[in-house]
Amino acid sequence: MHYILDILPSLLDGLKMTLGVFGLTLIGAIPLGVVIALAMQSKLVVLRSVTNMYITIMRGTPLLLQIVFVYYGLSLANIVTLPRFEAAVFTFILNYAAYFAEIFRGGFQSIAQGQYDGARVLGFSKGKTLRYIVLPQVVKVVMPSVGNEVINLVKDSSLVYVIGLGDLMRAGNIAAARDVSLVPYLLVGALYLCLTVLLTYGMRYIEKRMNYYR
Amino acid sequence: MLEIKNLSKRYDDRVVFKNLNLTVADGEILTIIGPSGIGKTTFLRILAGLTPADSGSITLDGKPLAIDGTRSGADVGVIFQDFNLFPQYSVAENIELAPKLVAKKSAQAVTQETERLLNDMDLQAQRDQYPFQLSGGQKQRVAIARALAMQPGLLAYDEPTSGLDAASTQRVTDVTKDLQQRGVTQLIVTHDLPFAEAVQGRHFDFATDVER
Repeated sequence: MHYILDILPSLLDGLKMTLGVFGLTLIGAIPLGVVIALAMQSKLVVLRSVTNMYITIMRGTPLLLQIVFVYYGLSLANIVTLPRFEAAVFTFILNYAAYFAEIFRGGFQSIAQGQYDGARVLGFSKGKTLRYIVLPQVVKVVMPSVGNEVINLVKDSSLVYVIGLGDLMRAGNIAAARDVSLVPYLLVGALYLCLTVLLTYGMRYIEKRMNYYR
Repeated sequence: MLEIKNLSKRYDDRVVFKNLNLTVADGEILTIIGPSGIGKTTFLRILAGLTPADSGSITLDGKPLAIDGTRSGADVGVIFQDFNLFPQYSVAENIELAPKLVAKKSAQAVTQETERLLNDMDLQAQRDQYPFQLSGGQKQRVAIARALAMQPGLLAYDEPTSGLDAASTQRVTDVTKDLQQRGVTQLIVTHDLPFAEAVQGRHFDFATDVER
């Protein structure tokens, strides 16, 4: 117990980093995902091709590689040198936006044409149709899939160790190597589990709140 | 008054209708009859501005309406066959959404008008229910109230009796007659001849009165 209390502060510091990456990624990736999903349905062929290529690359290469590329690659190529944390969050947003875009695309396609027609004959502009009629229905449809990605994101955030960021996993690694003990890993596992369980309940609550209509 | 002149529509090599001329006077009910698949719904969608026509003109109360499928505005109120109510909004919200967000009427005016429409359509008991909780006939009355809330120059129905039982069909008949007495101009697309007879409007037979 004494040992746990000793290492807990460093693990909680790591948890702060994990939550930072997680929160900022969600804030950036969900709206970007909606925008990309809309671009994928654009009448402009160029826009559709660009977004499709973007999604293919983002989903077709490992996130770990993308983090390395953005942090080291862009710097070596003299394009831009991002600080570690910014590089990690930027990469996570780009990567997760691609997955969210695919989820939202499916959501948009599930909305019946009649909903657009109904809004149009009442004089709704495209923007208002999206904001008040379509998006609320899309959000309900995509919620379970978004929930899956959110849980994945918590665990994926441990990949930031590759550019030396001190997240929860890295804090556990350091303590385990230093003290030759598996206890830090058990604690790290318990903390991740707490996070995902909390998020699962949160997502279920939101889904339930949206179940007032069919 | 609705005036349609020389309206034509074709899909590739199939002519849906050609040089269609039609007038509906203020407060009149016109029923467009004819078998399924003859182009009645296409005509209604053109009238609603949802589908482009190839040529011709549509004028409503002296105002020309775009026929190229780019129309915006709520000049023609449409009661769709599937109603197309917004599932996430209650009955009252479905009715007041467009007056609030599109017509930008004051909250007080919107509330008054919504109350009046809920009473007229006998929907007071359903005001806080959601579309999935309603019967077909109730959904249709919500759709009518929702369209009327934007004070359209014309109310157009697409197959209003499909999927309705006898009692609900009678109710629709009563509603259309009631609206006629209030001076609402109505155009009803239907293949239900007994219903078309019951509303006692003028008939336009899409099978025989249309050039192809």
